[in-house]
Amino acid sequence: MRWSSETQFRVPSSQFSATQSPLRTDNREPGTIIKKVLAVLLTSVTFLSALPSADNSDKHVSVYSTVAVYSVPVLDRGGREYVGLLELLEPLGRVTSQSAGQRWKLRFDTVDAEFTAGKTRAKIHGHDADFPAPFLIENSRGLVPLSALSALLPRFLGGHVNFHEGARRLFVGDVAIQPSFRLDAANSPRLFLTFSAPVNPTIATEPGKLRMIFKRDPIVSPGSQSISFDNKVITHASYSEGNGDAELDVSASEPLMASFSSDRKTIAISSAQPASATPSAATPAPQNSSSALPAPTTNSGNSRLLAVVDPAHGGEERGSALTDTLAEKDVTLGFARILRHELEQRGFAVTLLRDADTNSTLDQRAAAANVAHAAVYICLHAVSQGSGARVYTALLPVEGPSNGIFLPWNAAQSPALPTSRVVSAAIVAEMQNRNFPVHASSASLRPLNNVMMPAVAVELAPGENGIDDLTSGNYQQRAAAAVAEGVATIRDQLGTQP
Amino acid sequence: MIPRHLLIAVAALLVLVVSMGFYLRHMRLRAGQLESPAADTSPVAPPAAGPTETVTLYVADDALGGLRARSAQIPLPGGRQQRAEDLLRALLRIYQQPGAAHPLSPAADIRAIYLVDPDAAVIDLNAAFADQHRSGILSEQLTVNSLVETLGVNVPGIQRVNILVEGQTRDTLAGHADLSDSFDVRTIEQVSSP
Repeated sequence: MRWSSETQFRVPSSQFSATQSPLRTDNREPGTIIKKVLAVLLTSVTFLSALPSADNSDKHVSVYSTVAVYSVPVLDRGGREYVGLLELLEPLGRVTSQSAGQRWKLRFDTVDAEFTAGKTRAKIHGHDADFPAPFLIENSRGLVPLSALSALLPRFLGGHVNFHEGARRLFVGDVAIQPSFRLDAANSPRLFLTFSAPVNPTIATEPGKLRMIFKRDPIVSPGSQSISFDNKVITHASYSEGNGDAELDVSASEPLMASFSSDRKTIAISSAQPASATPSAATPAPQNSSSALPAPTTNSGNSRLLAVVDPAHGGEERGSALTDTLAEKDVTLGFARILRHELEQRGFAVTLLRDADTNSTLDQRAAAANVAHAAVYICLHAVSQGSGARVYTALLPVEGPSNGIFLPWNAAQSPALPTSRVVSAAIVAEMQNRNFPVHASSASLRPLNNVMMPAVAVELAPGENGIDDLTSGNYQQRAAAAVAEGVATIRDQLGTQP
Repeated sequence: MIPRHLLIAVAALLVLVVSMGFYLRHMRLRAGQLESPAADTSPVAPPAAGPTETVTLYVADDALGGLRARSAQIPLPGGRQQRAEDLLRALLRIYQQPGAAHPLSPAADIRAIYLVDPDAAVIDLNAAFADQHRSGILSEQLTVNSLVETLGVNVPGIQRVNILVEGQTRDTLAGHADLSDSFDVRTIEQVSSP
């Protein structure tokens, strides 16, 4: 589905290191350097072809709920915008669908619905529901017009749903975060933006403007699209939203910089001039501390480590049948979305290798992670037997003959394996601290063998409540928080991003 | 009256038939003599009640998340290949008993084991073994570890093991454990202890 714009196509040759690359580069002769550059180019060209098309990220609708924050692609059909109803509801509860000819049945928790291809009326929970354009079925997927979501979703979800159709932003429940502004002009002017929950925007600067883009935070308008300040340096701020994102721009007569409070609920914006950047002792907002939270996000946030999260299986490859109606692929996707949020909360940039019910080959998944030069790769699985979680590192196969400067594809993990075991141990320790049953082992599990960076697989098994735990947001949240915290505790050993 | 030349022809045919009969009898006797020694040297199935040998089977335990070493007395032939097959079939029977700690399908079977190199073995599973195997990283990996370690410990000289299904390479056992590469016996021994 949607790929992180921060991390997608960064393939600098300088990123290849002796410890993380399958290329063995142990001297500095010109010929070797040329070989290395050629190898990087060839590898990059080959692997870039495995990445999803950038077109996939053109249009999407962002969904904000207490259970999960995610996005689903928007499709153009007959001049109208459509969205897959199953994909939209999947992270919010237990959902199954069945397609029979022109009819498409959906069950979301206890709500049954029946749609007919080409019709503008559906039966939801025994009542008729009309929408402005025909329902579509494509490859057993049910597509509903985007403009129908405001009317349709409350019938499934039962609560308050607020859909900003023009901006393609969907708020499920009371999740909206409204920023408040306070300008402190006593010394050097400083603008404090306060939020009711932690936020994690991408921040970019340009002459006279500081731009904050909220891709995963349910930010809503502060009440006015534009706010003017009676100040010569920081003149005004404006709010806008579109294509699933919200944006806050702060305009000024000088270059600006931003820093976060340790709880990430306050962003302090001040002049980037040295004299102005010195924080005032009387500043009420806390400054960025040396906690495990990310460093101040400036420009495009390049200092953040990239974590690649891979929800295993997908599409026709369903993985384990956890119950008669619950497939492993669905649990891994929901778990991945929560883990993404938890990692982002801890300052990681995160790329999901799939954010919808799609499938890629194992080689494509490994290639995508390698091209992205992620600091860590986390593959997610789920199983119906056992309890708690299992954390695996690669069990490398018998090493084949060396192919010159290259390592065998199936042994690409070998240079990073020691660090992978450190990651595994950190996750296990964190889970044990949280009394989450956990077991660590090695497994011959692809694509762990094929990724060049530290890599682990986490297999989620039921908890005390049995199989229901696997779809429980609370249970997944506990596991995801432990995984993210474990990775965050050893972030210093994961290298740096370009 | 029968013409003379016809009598001569019939007599010649009778002589020929009798001669062919004797030649056929001679050839059958000779063929029987050639088959007798070959029959004496052909492999025979191990006697179910013959002399037994103490072996160590590495039995997967799902609850433990690892393998348990279990001694067993089973009749084993002297040949390495037949010995390997009988070992794994004995292991399989444990998994197919009711209440097994790592249950496998009753239809699961070892089709054959090939010792292709002095140090390499290829286990050929039947389709039911893989198709009806429970899906999950731990479950699948324990099965692999159990087969590989039992073979490596009890059949001297085996260092590498490949696993096929119905004679064909297969990506995974049941969706997770990768079967596309050889398993190193020593590596499996190191990781399979709980």
